[in-house]
Amino acid sequence: MAELNLTLKIWRQDGPKDPGGFKSYTVNRLNTHMSFLEMLDVLNEQLVNTGDEPVAFDHDCREGICGMCSMVINGRPHGPLEGTTTCQLHMRYFNDGDTITIEPWRAKPFPILKDLIVDRTPLDRIIQAGGFVSVNTGSAPDGNAIPIGKEISDEAFDAAACIGCGACVAACKNASASLFVAAKISQLALLPQGQPEREERVVGMVKQMDEEGFGHCTNTGACEAECPKEISVDYIRKMNWEFHRANVKG
Amino acid sequence: MLNSRIPDGPLSEKWTKYKSKVPLVSPANKRRLDVIVIGTGLAGASAASSMAEMGYNIKTFCFQDSPRRAHSIAAQGGINAAKNYQNDGDSIYRLFYDTIKGGDYRSREANVHRLAEVSSNIIDQCVAQGVPFAREYGGTLDNRSFGGVQVSRTFYARGQTGQQLLLGAYSALSRQIAKGSVTMYNRHEMLDIVVVDGKARGVIVRNLMTGEYERHFGHAVVLATGGYGNVFYLSTNAMGSNVTAAWKAYKKGAMFGNPCFTQIHPTCIPVSGEYQSKLTLMSESLRNDGRIWVPKKKGDDRRPRDIPEDERDYYLERRYPSFGNLVPRDVASRAAKERCDEGFGVGSTKLAVYLDFKDAIKRLGQDVVSARYGNLFEMYEKITGDDPYTTPMRIYPAVHYTMGGLWVDYNLMTTVPGLYAIGECNFSDHGANRLGASALMQGLADGYFVLPYTIGEYLSNDIRTPAMPTDHEEFDKAEKDARDRNEHLLNNDGSRSVESFHRDLGHIMWENCGMARNEINLTSAISEIQSLKKDFWEKVRVPGRDDVLNPELEKAGRVADFIELGELMVRDALDRRESCGGHFREESQTEEGEAKRDDENFTFSSAWEYKGEATEPTRNKEELTFDTVQLTQRSYK
Repeated sequence: MAELNLTLKIWRQDGPKDPGGFKSYTVNRLNTHMSFLEMLDVLNEQLVNTGDEPVAFDHDCREGICGMCSMVINGRPHGPLEGTTTCQLHMRYFNDGDTITIEPWRAKPFPILKDLIVDRTPLDRIIQAGGFVSVNTGSAPDGNAIPIGKEISDEAFDAAACIGCGACVAACKNASASLFVAAKISQLALLPQGQPEREERVVGMVKQMDEEGFGHCTNTGACEAECPKEISVDYIRKMNWEFHRANVKG
Repeated sequence: MLNSRIPDGPLSEKWTKYKSKVPLVSPANKRRLDVIVIGTGLAGASAASSMAEMGYNIKTFCFQDSPRRAHSIAAQGGINAAKNYQNDGDSIYRLFYDTIKGGDYRSREANVHRLAEVSSNIIDQCVAQGVPFAREYGGTLDNRSFGGVQVSRTFYARGQTGQQLLLGAYSALSRQIAKGSVTMYNRHEMLDIVVVDGKARGVIVRNLMTGEYERHFGHAVVLATGGYGNVFYLSTNAMGSNVTAAWKAYKKGAMFGNPCFTQIHPTCIPVSGEYQSKLTLMSESLRNDGRIWVPKKKGDDRRPRDIPEDERDYYLERRYPSFGNLVPRDVASRAAKERCDEGFGVGSTKLAVYLDFKDAIKRLGQDVVSARYGNLFEMYEKITGDDPYTTPMRIYPAVHYTMGGLWVDYNLMTTVPGLYAIGECNFSDHGANRLGASALMQGLADGYFVLPYTIGEYLSNDIRTPAMPTDHEEFDKAEKDARDRNEHLLNNDGSRSVESFHRDLGHIMWENCGMARNEINLTSAISEIQSLKKDFWEKVRVPGRDDVLNPELEKAGRVADFIELGELMVRDALDRRESCGGHFREESQTEEGEAKRDDENFTFSSAWEYKGEATEPTRNKEELTFDTVQLTQRSYK
């Protein structure tokens, strides 16, 4: 079985207010079947055993769905493989002798908390500004009371597949959260359940996005290219349309 | 004495009657009552948002960076509900019956019937939130069938049902956070329950970013902290999933129900090396078209394609001709283990069997197979580098779910008054084995439709209790214990990483308390775990400080609790000298090697009671009575 020997250049930073910088490490004799995060586990165990502090990084489900893992690998959020989160990236995509650069998401609204961990609570606050249908428990009509065509339902699903990782923000040179916000707005604007609050939702969420300090959409499509769930930039067009529609309706 | 507090009356009327009789809390009083919810998965998020809508003051806590990350999000298959939309004869009774039978008659009839009753409301609620369930072209909701039942009652959202349901609950929670009726604490971990005069009155949490210890008061505390499968080190659980909250509750007097009941899922991607950090599930639906086999010759190293048909052993089809590859999870898992133990395993570790789609592709064409399983094949290829269209998948069983958990009564209250447990972290509803697509159902049933009612029975008696100042001595003591423990871990100056202890624990658990269990191994496992515990506290090395983000310290606390839980699981497995559901005792099998239940001696749930560090815990019994269903031995021959 092929083995890898790697040099890792990793961003280390003690806390939000401390200065950060790259540090180099070597890890040797890695199995190519490892996942990228397992490679970091190996490094961390190595660091613990030599009395150093391990590299802090966010991760949880390790099956590509929780959206917790978040690192820029060789300049690309979630690394080189398209449609893949960091946790699903495996070492067979790297070569023996490679130097790999690992950084946190870089975006002003996502301050670095430690090493590779950033604060993504702005995304939660955007959802709190309207990313829901106001329906109290117990007041729902029968599930089949409102038929929804399969195409509409499938399109809503495509938008709803967003895992909220923030790679779109990290990929954007303006640190725009447009793709994230557009995905939620589109999901609910497409469905009949989302209609009663359609206007106030888009206005509220867009306002919150601006207040959090996210930049404007660049129209470069970098977000779609790096999105691990391959969410289409078409939803941003839809969000813009929804926003103008809501303003026209006043 | 355990009191399950099951309401009187006929089974199908218990819940309705209970709801009309349960004392109410007036809106003015609800505003004065604080409820703490730990965990924001399906159960926690749905309970927190529903209770906030009713008017209670809620505080929620999760250790992740956002409530949307909880591991419910990873559930693939679907959620059951007795809607009978397919007109195939489904009913509340049938869902109830299938769940009781699937659980091998080790769950409580009244709870399971209530679960089946509220299942329909869950679907309605989620649809109303905008959850994009799969639909037919006519616009109605689609269903699929799932493991071992004869009706189509599973609602799904592609292979991401858990994600969509959790985002629904998260959106309801977000709405209440915006309204100010829920205060959300992310990156906080619960380290202890505070019990004052015998009642749960609050929690000690640690802010994981700053290391600060915080005290929070609640008139009631709800644990929605998930399962403890990570006691095995490798499981399909998320890396952070842990038993700490439930374990602290146990040590404060909440009994632990059926800790040994673990579900081991047959179709997971096998371990590939020592560095493995977690296991990935491949949906059970693959067994609908894939055929499972191993070579007939021991240690056959040929590539699978080079092994001719008559030298392959399709062992499930051979042993269980009527169910074949579709036998229930526990049976399929044990059969794979049996073949590998006998030396017929495949792959580099020899701990895998083939799941082959060659015949399905021949019969249906690659397009149909791809439409059904394309995303799973892609995920498999991403992880293993093998293409399942041309090479059979290698699979092996892995720990997936824990049916055991905190013992709760009909109200979902533990044996500590005011302390509730909902979702996977309680022991109710699934008995000794859980059916597919029932975990999501139970989490949301507990959170949306059961707890918000039943908690009123307790809180209606607590309306005169003012919010307690958190300088009470019990808060002092609990916080001091939590601090001292972390300080000890950090100053231990040992030589071994936390990870290495966790790996050793997992090994002991998997070998002795995994798919097959026997008295000799279980007995020796107890002493192995005890010496591991001793070693841990003497030799563990935890770097860093307490006043900053320190993932190693978090992990150390969790592993310390897993070690203690492991011992309790082994004790429970030793005590239950019968085979039932996921618990297979080698001493209790038929001549053909099938599981043999012992209803005469073991028709009970065990509820373990903590008696202090130096004393062995005691096992209490909740006798199970079956008034409605008849107990039968499962057979899949």
